[in-house]
Amino acid sequence: MTAKLLRTKVFPHTMLILFSIFFLFPFVWLVFTSLKTSNEIFAMPPRILPEAFHWENYVAALETVPFPQYMWNTLVICVICIVGQLFAAPLVAYSISRIPWVGSKIIFAIVLATMILPFQVQLIPQYIIFAKLGWINTILPLTIGAFFGAPFYIFLLRQFLMGVPKELSEAAKIDGASEFRIYRQIILPTLKPALATVALFTFVGSYTDFMGPLIYLNDAAKWTITVGLQGFQQDHGAQWEQLMAASTIMAIPMILLYFFGQKYFMQSGSAFTGFK
Amino acid sequence: MKPLAERTGYTRRQWHYFWLGLLFASPWIIGFLVFTVYPFFSSLYFSLTAYDLFNPPQWVGLDNYKQIMSDERFYKSINNTLFMAFISVPISLASSLVIALMLNFKVKGINFYRTIFYLPAVIPVVASALLWTWMLNPDFGLINMFLRAVGLPDPAWLMDPRYTKPSLILMGLWGSGAGALIFLAALQGVPQQYYEAAQVDGANGWHRFWRITIPALSPIILFQLIMGLIGAFQIFTESYILAGGKSVSGSIGGPDQSLLFYAVNLYQEAFMNLKMGYASALAWILFIIVMAITLVLLKTSRRWVYYGGE
Repeated sequence: MTAKLLRTKVFPHTMLILFSIFFLFPFVWLVFTSLKTSNEIFAMPPRILPEAFHWENYVAALETVPFPQYMWNTLVICVICIVGQLFAAPLVAYSISRIPWVGSKIIFAIVLATMILPFQVQLIPQYIIFAKLGWINTILPLTIGAFFGAPFYIFLLRQFLMGVPKELSEAAKIDGASEFRIYRQIILPTLKPALATVALFTFVGSYTDFMGPLIYLNDAAKWTITVGLQGFQQDHGAQWEQLMAASTIMAIPMILLYFFGQKYFMQSGSAFTGFK
Repeated sequence: MKPLAERTGYTRRQWHYFWLGLLFASPWIIGFLVFTVYPFFSSLYFSLTAYDLFNPPQWVGLDNYKQIMSDERFYKSINNTLFMAFISVPISLASSLVIALMLNFKVKGINFYRTIFYLPAVIPVVASALLWTWMLNPDFGLINMFLRAVGLPDPAWLMDPRYTKPSLILMGLWGSGAGALIFLAALQGVPQQYYEAAQVDGANGWHRFWRITIPALSPIILFQLIMGLIGAFQIFTESYILAGGKSVSGSIGGPDQSLLFYAVNLYQEAFMNLKMGYASALAWILFIIVMAITLVLLKTSRRWVYYGGE
């Protein structure tokens, strides 16, 4: 009995708690550091807890760099990308999983193939195209791609669509509904949870993207939060308390989003398991 | 003239679906042609030119490729990248799997643990890299504080070229909850009868893991391995931040260029040195390497990947 208890309760919980510490402690350290004075940060021997909570580090970080402006710039890009993906990705997924046409298999194969294509191969010509169009230093290069549907989201939605029974749209077809009407009135509503996952991932993708804004946005007033934070690191690298405050500010929206949208994050994991 | 249907051997219905399918897929098809196919071939063209964005591209033939072959930075970046691909990727894959096995324990509060384990994966790389820069600070960082407390050596991490890549691996492990989630979903799909049957046959836990769990997960292992390798060849942000961004000299490779990865070198040649032709050649070599690795993996995988129901 005790051996079984050890194996089924004590061992799992011990492991889980140990690993939880590894996963959680950096957050605790981040927040504590952001609330210390610079003297405390460089105290020898180092201390974990701040003596008092110095919230003014957050005020200082927000005053040194226009973080609200960066947040706004980021938000605009995120929203446009979400709109684009929600328009394009389900249409394409519908085409390859629901419409019986010769191209559907070919398109799906190419969609998968592009997922393993290193984006650096397209990066330079794309930059040149955008430069010729005069789009450098605008948000267009960072958002336009979303309106054509990203392979990963097309794949994700296709996986969901495979699970939607065909009978659902057959009846409407017999009644003479057009393919587009079936798509809008029957399929899209059933796809809602999957679309929420796509929206969430698009948001996370745009919010955390660093290389894109780094390459395309030169003007500091147009920077997104990632490039802004990096600029802050370059200029104020020694002020760790402010740097950690700024990092906390940047991480908060993602953490909130995660807590409210957990079930959608979890869905992405299961979408892959049908991958064969 | 005969009707279209007769000429092609397609029925009207088939044509109807053809146009519909094409219409529905058109956003992606247009994007694919404009943002993938066209750039793909023009990057091949640019790789055979000298191009600085301001003057028209000049044909130089294979010069860029020849130059790359004798470029020290290229070899440095390849070495660093291969290290990440063949050391870091297997480590993080194994750790994802171990975490997934843990998250599959049938105990109370498991959802709470899942939340905690996945949380680091949603933190923007820029923010987590900054956090780890501080965690790995040789004098005041949490990691060395801990190592000193238990009497272990305390390396200078990001300042010591021998430890910069291990630093990156450590940071990667912290974010391995994302991979774990995919493994977890797969684990939950393994038919329970297999384990029960094995138990009846007297197989111990270790046997069950190697004979049932691993084969059942093998398609997902292959998928994560390929995605991980491709990801390793594109490491950029982590290195950029951990190496302290652009230094005064304009170099972004960290101490002794130990964090100069393939994508970092490519970025520097293209967007800092404005050598677009040279960088395009680098991109094509990257493409060939990634394709080769993927093909070898897919070919050899036939021996160890098991698809259910066969």
